[in-house]
Amino acid sequence: MAARLLSYENIGLLTKQHIIMVLISSIAAILTAVPLGILISRERFARVGAIIENIVNVAQTVPSIAILALFFTILGLGFNTAVFALWLYSLLPILRNTYAGITGVSKGVVEAAQGMGMPPLRILTLIELPLASPVIIAGIRTAVVVNVGTATLATFVGAGGYGDLIVTGIAIQRLPLLLTGCILSALLAIICDHILAVVEKNRVVEYQEVKY
Amino acid sequence: MIHLNGVTKIYKNNESPAVDNLDLHITRGETCILVGPSGCGKTTTMKMINRLVTPTQGTILINGQDNREMNPVEMRQNIGYVIQEIGLFPHMTIADNVATVPREKKWPEKKIQTRVDELLHLVGLDPAEYRNRKPASLSGGQRQRVGVARALAADPDILLMDEPFGAVDPITRTHLQNQFLRLQEELKKTVVFVTHDIDEAIKMGDTIAVMREGHLIQLDSPDQILSEPKDDFVSALIGGNRAIKRLNLVKTREVIDNMPIQTLRTNSPVDTARKLLITSQLPAMPVVDENNRLIGVVQKHILSALKEQAEIADIMEKNGCVVDKGATLGDALSTMLNYGERYVIIVDENYSPCGIISFTYLLELMKNDVA
Amino acid sequence: MCIYGVAGNSFVGYVTANSGKILQLSLEHCLLVVVAVLIAIVVGISLGILISYYDVLAPAILYVCQIIMTIPSLALFGLFLPLFGIGFKTGVITLVLYCLLPVVRNTYVGIAEIDPSIIEAARGMGMNEASIMTKIKLPLAWPIIMAGIRTAVVMVVGIAAIASVVGAGGLGVFIFRGISQWNINAVLVGAIFVSLLAIVFDQVLKLVENRSQV
Repeated sequence: MAARLLSYENIGLLTKQHIIMVLISSIAAILTAVPLGILISRERFARVGAIIENIVNVAQTVPSIAILALFFTILGLGFNTAVFALWLYSLLPILRNTYAGITGVSKGVVEAAQGMGMPPLRILTLIELPLASPVIIAGIRTAVVVNVGTATLATFVGAGGYGDLIVTGIAIQRLPLLLTGCILSALLAIICDHILAVVEKNRVVEYQEVKY
Repeated sequence: MIHLNGVTKIYKNNESPAVDNLDLHITRGETCILVGPSGCGKTTTMKMINRLVTPTQGTILINGQDNREMNPVEMRQNIGYVIQEIGLFPHMTIADNVATVPREKKWPEKKIQTRVDELLHLVGLDPAEYRNRKPASLSGGQRQRVGVARALAADPDILLMDEPFGAVDPITRTHLQNQFLRLQEELKKTVVFVTHDIDEAIKMGDTIAVMREGHLIQLDSPDQILSEPKDDFVSALIGGNRAIKRLNLVKTREVIDNMPIQTLRTNSPVDTARKLLITSQLPAMPVVDENNRLIGVVQKHILSALKEQAEIADIMEKNGCVVDKGATLGDALSTMLNYGERYVIIVDENYSPCGIISFTYLLELMKNDVA
Repeated sequence: MCIYGVAGNSFVGYVTANSGKILQLSLEHCLLVVVAVLIAIVVGISLGILISYYDVLAPAILYVCQIIMTIPSLALFGLFLPLFGIGFKTGVITLVLYCLLPVVRNTYVGIAEIDPSIIEAARGMGMNEASIMTKIKLPLAWPIIMAGIRTAVVMVVGIAAIASVVGAGGLGVFIFRGISQWNINAVLVGAIFVSLLAIVFDQVLKLVENRSQV
């Protein structure tokens, strides 16, 4: 049984499951959290923004396994349960960083743009988002790395991924299985982290080394 | 050009108004300085003109049109806006910063690029060197000049400037002020200029509006403000040394007009120099090159102490005490004091000497003023 | 220890029927967290002090800690299982490793950010290195170290829920048993109590942190 689980075919399948889970949930989280973060950073939502920021800060202390478990109680077993849980959990760092990044843009810069007659939408796309991008990308990086880790737990709700190897390895006490699962998931997390770190650093060099 | 009629601004959660029933009329082509301590409402007043702040009461007319009836985006594109250096976009190149408003106005790209080069030249930055640099790699003074160039990009009639030279060292500030005065002479924009520095106000302004706690205390020419401060507050703001401050009202150019200037060449005979210095009663003489550009100074006391025969080149001091002809007498005085000399050479835009001002002359001027 | 008292379908009913078990597993959970964090504080602060003296080591050690943080927790539990066997020990060792980065990093940063003139003054008054560390550097860096400890604790409360996979007990038992036995109430109890624990730990430590800043 261990040999069958360790076939290239099976590892390929689990890799695909793992990556797809992370990819779908992360992209969905970016697509929801970034616009939401932009929205609550607008001046007319200033009060809502501060409240949401506090809620997010508390929500972020909730462990990922708890979110996964809660979604299990609603959606039962399956791939969707895992994707929804990952999505919701990775919303938080992206939302928080988008909000922090945009509200952290120097007031003077934004006011200069307003004063020169830039329409609000262009201020957002040309000034605020580029300047906030290192912080936003840092949030995405955190989210993706956490997602790779949480996705190993998806095996408990029957959504596959590298967690299958680890949990089966523990259950039937087969070291090769266990190690393969551990090492592959760790590698995936480290690779994602490094790729996004490079992207983040590029933005920082380009934009943020500005100290007046 | 700009009329503020009974303008009041009360900020949320604030009982006392930031600006209280203000009437102000700024005519075309004049530089109006809003001056006063922090919290006096000067910045709020300025920001109400381009509607960054909406007045609680009163109207503001720009060219006879109520600014509430104008599209704010369009209106702001036609009003230049300079704030302290933080206003440059740190992620954009200098060229892109300057091109901001022309791009908003959808000028053809070629015209924009020509305009950017023209403006960088205008503020004294070489486009080839600075176009593609980021604000972070510029000095404070250079960033400030980019700020001015950016505000002028679409050739607006009105310029709003909020402490534009606030964040630089005093020497750079003097340079920037003089450069702006020279520019303004050509451009004749209508300028609203906010500062807390009364000396800057006296130097830069055609009219000065002294504000306190949201009220306009005195609106007058710099000369009037200095000679007839309306109340104790204005007197205190002006402070002491009024005679010295009045030197800032006069440009060096104005006193050297019609003053013939004698120059020396490095190969001029020393005797000629001696004779010229004694007859002219000046403490020093400029030395120029073949293009009539200043290369040095010969001082009278050195020449008199000279025992042996010498060349002008040997006794000439390089980098003498020099100011631009757009500078004020106040600048001339502080330059002399900085260098510890009793003269200052006035140069024009080609760095050709066009006059000399001596310390004695300034003393006379101040003495007459006090008397 | 398969099903913890069947008491109707209501969540409240389930909680009251199993209150003893909930309390026991919560305490177990806290014990895991507290033991791990205490070890991590000792090891982490020592490492932080070490690299504050040997700057060359800092990037390497911080990098290793950072890598450990990115490894999925289930994987790390799994990796240590063959080495330390099923039970509490494996759970604690894994949790300690996750705690290291925030504690080491904040100790290092906290010490590095002290105004050098203060240390110079201490040295000038004839204090020796050990008393400069214990009387000047650590007290001044303490608020930042405390913030690192808080981050570590909150993180580890969550990760400890996974420790039940390697038989280390804790509230994770409710979640994993609940899922495998399709007991929604058990899953809810696990998820909610783990979350509450994390939030309570966070808030309490925030108070401590604020007090240490004054």
